[in-house]
Amino acid sequence: MKKAISVTVNGVVHHQDVEPRLLLVHLLRDVLNLTGTHIGCETSICGACTVIIDGQAVKSCTILAVQADGASVTTIEGLGTEANLHPVQEGFWEHHGLQCGYCTPGMIMAGAQLLDRISSPTADQIRHGLEGNLCRCTGYQNIVEAIQYAASKAK
Amino acid sequence: MIPRSFEYSAPGTLDEAVALLQKLGSDAKILSGGQSLIPMMKLRLASPPHIVDINRIPGLDYITEKDGFLRIGALVRESDLERSELVRSRFPILVDTTSVIADPLVRNQATVCGNLAHGDPANDHPATMLALGAIVVAVGPRGERDVPVENFFPALFTTALEADEILREIKIPIPPPSTGGAYLKLERKVGDYATAGVAVQITLNNSGACTAAAGIGLTNVGFTPIKAVKAEAFVKGKQLDQAAVKQASEIAAGESHPVDDIRGPADYKRDLVRVLTARAIVRALERVKGGV
Repeated sequence: MKKAISVTVNGVVHHQDVEPRLLLVHLLRDVLNLTGTHIGCETSICGACTVIIDGQAVKSCTILAVQADGASVTTIEGLGTEANLHPVQEGFWEHHGLQCGYCTPGMIMAGAQLLDRISSPTADQIRHGLEGNLCRCTGYQNIVEAIQYAASKAK
Repeated sequence: MIPRSFEYSAPGTLDEAVALLQKLGSDAKILSGGQSLIPMMKLRLASPPHIVDINRIPGLDYITEKDGFLRIGALVRESDLERSELVRSRFPILVDTTSVIADPLVRNQATVCGNLAHGDPANDHPATMLALGAIVVAVGPRGERDVPVENFFPALFTTALEADEILREIKIPIPPPSTGGAYLKLERKVGDYATAGVAVQITLNNSGACTAAAGIGLTNVGFTPIKAVKAEAFVKGKQLDQAAVKQASEIAAGESHPVDDIRGPADYKRDLVRVLTARAIVRALERVKGGV
């Protein structure tokens, strides 16, 4: 039986009737057409699907859409604008924090949450903070530098 | 990957949740963090007909010290534990444990109580809770009952919870002064289950000998989490010098029952228990003396 839910995504309230088994990532991508959130491994490993729900960065492939009923979700589309990038987005630009870009939305969402918790993280804290996000291109070095850039920019 | 269809309920109180469980019996599965359950449902390893989501029940996300116990409510997330000042200052062993579970994103959602209720011998909190002498508080239609964690894991993926009971709280005795604990885990890579893990909690008396309160728990080296009772009995009353630590770690290794699998052969894991036990005892001793 479908459930009526109301989810705020990037500041916009959406009312939807969803099957309980619908995963949040599918609500975002297939129903709301917000395809910035990527699906990678589908097994809670890679972090490509990371979004922020009520301030917590989580893997949207491992949460049911019904669990987000009443919650506020931020996806990569809602983090910054093209004219006014979020500091972490700017850091990825300035420090070449991506190659293929597949992991990037998740990396940036996890990076933004990391800076919310630790405003001036060490390289070690950044690496541990991004343990839930896999990148197969960059070797992570530029991603760490991108987050460091964002931390210094935010000061 | 999409789970099979299921019915979904999100009760607003524990009473409602218990009533639902009573009505649905083994058709129901409780969803708390869902970080083990949802992947299992996606892989169709589990296909519960009815999900009872307890996340809407208010007042279950507490970490408090009350009546001699540290109390962890059913909806405390791993990341809450990791960042709790009370836990960081008084129970570094819990910080050791939570910080090696999965990854920060999973820990934002996964619950501590769920880590026990799932009954997986590869989960990390069970060994630590065994070492700490924790008690599980279960609530059901017949009221509440306390289950010592050493009786909570009767078999593989099985807990002492009845089908109509909910794990409401974990309570951990506040340890006396001169107590230290540590959890050590070897994992092949971040986010993996333990190849082996060892939790140690010791209390020293005035003459520096180990009291009877010693606890040693083992992760993922048997069909259930293992309480290393022989090693615990051995350290009781002993000065934990190098020779005693060595002997205790050998006894603990003998109490493990690992099997060959992708994480390594049984002999290797057994030896790993020995190494990790020795190191965990040494770290616990350092923490008795105020080290981190």
